Amino acid sequence: MGRYVLRRLLIAIPTLLIISFVIFMILVLAPGDPLSQFGADPRVPPEVRENIKHALGLDQPPPIRYVNWVTAMLRADFGYSFMSHSPVLGLIQQRLPTTLAVVGVAYVIGALLAIPIGMVSAVKRYSLFDHIATGFAFIGFSVPTFFTGTILILVFSVGLHWLPFIYDSTLKVTDAKSLGEQLKQSIMPITVLALFNTATIARFMRAEMIEHLPLDYVRTARAKGLLERIVILRHVLRNSLIPIVTLVALGIPAVFAGAVITEQIFRVPGIGELLIRSITDSDTPVVAAILFVFAVLVVLFNLIADVLYGVLDPRIRYS
Amino acid sequence: MTTAQSSIAVVAPAGLLKPPRSLWSDAWTQFTHHKLAMAGLATLALLVLATAFGPFVYATKINEIDFSQSLKGPSATHFFGTDDLGQDLFARALLGGRVSIAVGLVAVAISITLGTLVGALAGFFARADGPLMRFTDLFLSLPQLPLLLTVIYLFRDQLRAKFGPELGIFLIIVVVIGLLNWMPVARLVRASFLSYKQKEFVEAARCVGAKNGRIIFKHIMPNVMSQILVAATVGVGAAIITESALSFLGLGFPPDVPTWGRLLFDAKDYLDFAPHWAFFPGLLIFLTVLSVNYIGDGLRDALDPRKTG
Repeated sequence: MGRYVLRRLLIAIPTLLIISFVIFMILVLAPGDPLSQFGADPRVPPEVRENIKHALGLDQPPPIRYVNWVTAMLRADFGYSFMSHSPVLGLIQQRLPTTLAVVGVAYVIGALLAIPIGMVSAVKRYSLFDHIATGFAFIGFSVPTFFTGTILILVFSVGLHWLPFIYDSTLKVTDAKSLGEQLKQSIMPITVLALFNTATIARFMRAEMIEHLPLDYVRTARAKGLLERIVILRHVLRNSLIPIVTLVALGIPAVFAGAVITEQIFRVPGIGELLIRSITDSDTPVVAAILFVFAVLVVLFNLIADVLYGVLDPRIRYS
Repeated sequence: MTTAQSSIAVVAPAGLLKPPRSLWSDAWTQFTHHKLAMAGLATLALLVLATAFGPFVYATKINEIDFSQSLKGPSATHFFGTDDLGQDLFARALLGGRVSIAVGLVAVAISITLGTLVGALAGFFARADGPLMRFTDLFLSLPQLPLLLTVIYLFRDQLRAKFGPELGIFLIIVVVIGLLNWMPVARLVRASFLSYKQKEFVEAARCVGAKNGRIIFKHIMPNVMSQILVAATVGVGAAIITESALSFLGLGFPPDVPTWGRLLFDAKDYLDFAPHWAFFPGLLIFLTVLSVNYIGDGLRDALDPRKTG
């Protein structure tokens, strides 16, 4: 097992290096000067601009800049934002908890709802429940999150005035009242993300259970005279969960990306909102850092998925 | 007696003369049994026809500004209402839908071609397998949506200058969506190629002297085609959502190309007094993607040999 994890870990490192290189090259090859906002200011004389360039190391050739960037990131130094002039690391640390809270809760809710729904759907295939659940799943992953979000705002904020329009991140949870406020403003973003997650995972869960139900080991379990409940919960469910666990882990980065859109709709000041703002402001250091954080998340969860797969399914480890 | 005999004589050859059943005609029969897939097909056909020919039939211009009519709800003259400039939203949705659907189709054509190529090469030539799959895994590890946003934002001005404002942005969106979505197809095709490569019919083809190219395209590819088709169908829906998401974030098409996502983006600041503005484009995206997904589901069932009977 240790060797298996080690091998996976060793693959992850070059992957991250290559991805960081791709991100760097995209930003370097992009037309336009990263210092264009200084350039647009006529009060900055050319020699000062050259000095800024030199101070930031932008006059060096790209390979050297790449090495500088990567080694700086290894020391957890992500540089300074062009716009706010504060350290990028601080900006990300400030935003990440909000995103993690919204995305995490939505994902956990999604998975917890999806597994029983998918299971019942598969066991009682073509029943009324299955039809409703399948229809719901289709709608859930066909409807874009920005449309669900818009509808929710229309109904619950504009129409009924029950829930606030905009997420207030300055809100501190101190007593029952502020906790209520926090819950109220989190309901809609979490619902939108959870709806999508539930739909996707439930669909996989159903398909996976259906694959397993006609297999020989299930027949054997039934032939031994086990209760149907035990057959389903102990035998079929556990085996079907193996790929689902991997899927759930693999899906986490995509959910973070999905949060970019949700944060935009509800104006949640998370990392996705920071990314969009930095892109439109041409704030290259922040964009590069966020892209890299996302890449680390993808690689990390791929790694976790691989390791979990190895833990849950011994056949994988030895091949 | 004689009549009975002759009727039998007529029936028997008719039964024999029936054209042979092909995979595709079987699949179609199976597909027609999937009610929701048929409903999806009908809806999609209607949407495609409406966006393709609608702008010719429905004469209202998309950029006719009339402030006296601004932010009006749906009515007999403006089916989907009007926006803040009094422009007719039905006309805009029809024309924009054309772009949205075109983006979906072209982006998927790119990703399917690339995915099939990589998958077929990796699955067929053992030597190419390792490097190509490493490459695929690498692409799978890229943070898709954030990267998409960044690339489009950084490079769109350059392409706009080169190909004009509409074509330039169309090209970049389509190419980038295509380039970031071929990996699942490649994996699928590779897995199928790996298993078909071992089959007797491929060995037989090799025995009679078929070259690699012929084996790939004439013998293995037709077997993989059905899976590719299903992946492509579902991919169209995903690409339409991605384009709408980009436009919704303000990083897609410019305001004069009113794709459905762009309409939603423009509408989101007017939600409280003009909900119709956001509602109809959103509904259209939803209907299109839902139809496409149901068609994909129907195709999957119809082309699955285990289910045909």
